[in-house]
Amino acid sequence: MAIKVRIPTPLRNITEGVDLVETTGANVAEVLAQITAKFAGLDKRLFKQPGELNRFVNIYVNDEDIRFLDNLATPVKDGDEVSIVPAIAGG
Amino acid sequence: MSYVNGLKCKECGAKYSHRGVHVCELCFGPLEVEYDYAAMQGKVTKASIQAGPHSLWRYRDLLPCDGEPKAGLNSGMTPLRRAHNLERVLGVKELYIKDDSANYPTWSYKERVVSVAITKAIELGYDTVGCASTGNLANSVAAHAAVAGLKAFVMIPHDLELGKVLGSLIFHPTMVRINGNYDDVNRLCSEIADKYRWAIVNVNLRPYYTEGAKTYGFEIAEQLGWRLPQHTVCPTAGGTILPKIYKAYQEFIGLGLVADNQPRIYSAQAAGCNPVIEALEAGRDLIRPQKPRTIAKSIAIGNPADGYYVLQTLRQCGGWGASVSDDEIVEAIKLLAKTEGIWTEPAGGTTLAATIKLIESCRIPRDESICVCITGNGLKTVEVVQNHLETPAVIQPRLEAFDQVMQNMTAASVAAPV
Repeated sequence: MAIKVRIPTPLRNITEGVDLVETTGANVAEVLAQITAKFAGLDKRLFKQPGELNRFVNIYVNDEDIRFLDNLATPVKDGDEVSIVPAIAGG
Repeated sequence: MSYVNGLKCKECGAKYSHRGVHVCELCFGPLEVEYDYAAMQGKVTKASIQAGPHSLWRYRDLLPCDGEPKAGLNSGMTPLRRAHNLERVLGVKELYIKDDSANYPTWSYKERVVSVAITKAIELGYDTVGCASTGNLANSVAAHAAVAGLKAFVMIPHDLELGKVLGSLIFHPTMVRINGNYDDVNRLCSEIADKYRWAIVNVNLRPYYTEGAKTYGFEIAEQLGWRLPQHTVCPTAGGTILPKIYKAYQEFIGLGLVADNQPRIYSAQAAGCNPVIEALEAGRDLIRPQKPRTIAKSIAIGNPADGYYVLQTLRQCGGWGASVSDDEIVEAIKLLAKTEGIWTEPAGGTTLAATIKLIESCRIPRDESICVCITGNGLKTVEVVQNHLETPAVIQPRLEAFDQVMQNMTAASVAAPV
C-alpha cells in the first residue's frame, strides 16, 4: 500500500503524462515533497514559496479540502488519495 | 473577425495563444482574454453597438468569439427598470433593477456566459458540452445545447429545488445528481474535464464563459443612456459576475462610450455561505472555504474560485459588501415582488437585502444612483417562499360566501394593531 496522488491535466506535461503517482509520507507536505523531488519543475507549479501553495491550487485528501483539515500538516496514511485540483468557476 | 489578442494568466502574467487552455500551466491561475483595445478605438462605438441585434450579441466586438454567434441569439437585453416604489420604501433617490429574471430562454443571468461558451465550444470543434451547476447554469446549458444540437451533461448537487432540476431535465440532457455540495460537484467536474473530451463550460471553457458575464454590465451602461450607476450591488457565488461587470464598465470607459464616474461595486452573500464577505470584513486576502448552509442554493459556493478577484475589485473601486440571513433573504424577495412586481430567487433576495443593509449602514449614499442586479427567477424556487405567504380562503362559488370573506377581512383589519 502507498499513498496515491492524482495529477490533473495541466501538470501532466511535467509528469511525462502520468496521472496517478504512488508515493509515501506522513502528511500532505511530505507527500508533495516526494513528488516535487521526482518531477523537475513541479515545485514551482504548486508552491508560491516553501510552505505556501499557489492561490489556485486546491489539495484534497480523499474527499476533503485540506483547508478544512490541517492544511499541509494534514496527516495521511497508506491507501489515502491526495488530489491536486485547479480551482474553477461558479455555476 | 475578432479583437482578441490571446489569453493571459491573471496571477503570473504568462501568455497563451487563443486556444482551449483554461488554467495557467505554470501556476494554475485563471486565464483572462486580452483584447486589442487600440484597434477598437473609433470602430467599436455607440453607433456600431446600436446597429447590432437586440441581444447580448450586440457587444460581440468585446467578446472572445471569432465567427458568427451560435447560441443565445435571443438572450440578453433584459429590462433595466427604474424602481420608483422601492425608492420610496428605502428612502433613496435613484434606484434601478437590472432584471435577468427575464433573461431568455431559462430566466437567469447564466444565458450570458452560456451563449458565449457554447458558441466557443462549436468554434473549437466540441460535440458535447457540460457544466457543474447549482441549477441555473444547468438549465441554460441544457436549453442552449438542445438548440445547437449538442450533447449535454449537467452535474448538480443532489438537493436542488425541484424547479431547477425539472428546468434542466425538460431539455433532455444527461443529468447526474451528486451526493455532495456544489464544491464537491465542481471538483468532480474538474476531474471529468481531465478525462473526457467535453467542453465543460465553467471548467475548460472558463476564460470564454466568464467574458459573457460582461454583457450584463454593458447593458446596464447602455440602457442607462450611456452612463454608469455610481453603485452596483451584485451577488457573489463563484465570483464570476462581479469582476466582469467592473471590467465591462472599465472597457466602456476606455472606449470613451461612458464617462468615468468612479463606479463602485458591492458584493452580496448569504450569511450561511459568505467566504468572500468574511475575508473582506476581516481585511484578509485569504479566503477560507466554508460548508454552505443557506436557502440561497444558487449562490451556495463555499470555495469560490474567483473569490480573490471579487475582493480585489471591491478594494480597487472602493466598494464593499454585506451578508444577510435567510429570513432577510425571504423578506427581500417579498419586498421586491410587492413593490416592483418582480419575483426573484434567493440570490436576488440576497442582493436586495444586502443593498438595504449597505444603504442603512451609509456605505451607499441615499442620493446617488444605485443598480441592484437581479440574476434569477423565483418561479424556479417556489419552496423558499411557500410557507411565508398568506393562505388563501377556499369558499363555495356563492356570493354570500365571498361576502363572508370580505367581512372577515374587514374584522381582521379593525382588530389589527395600529
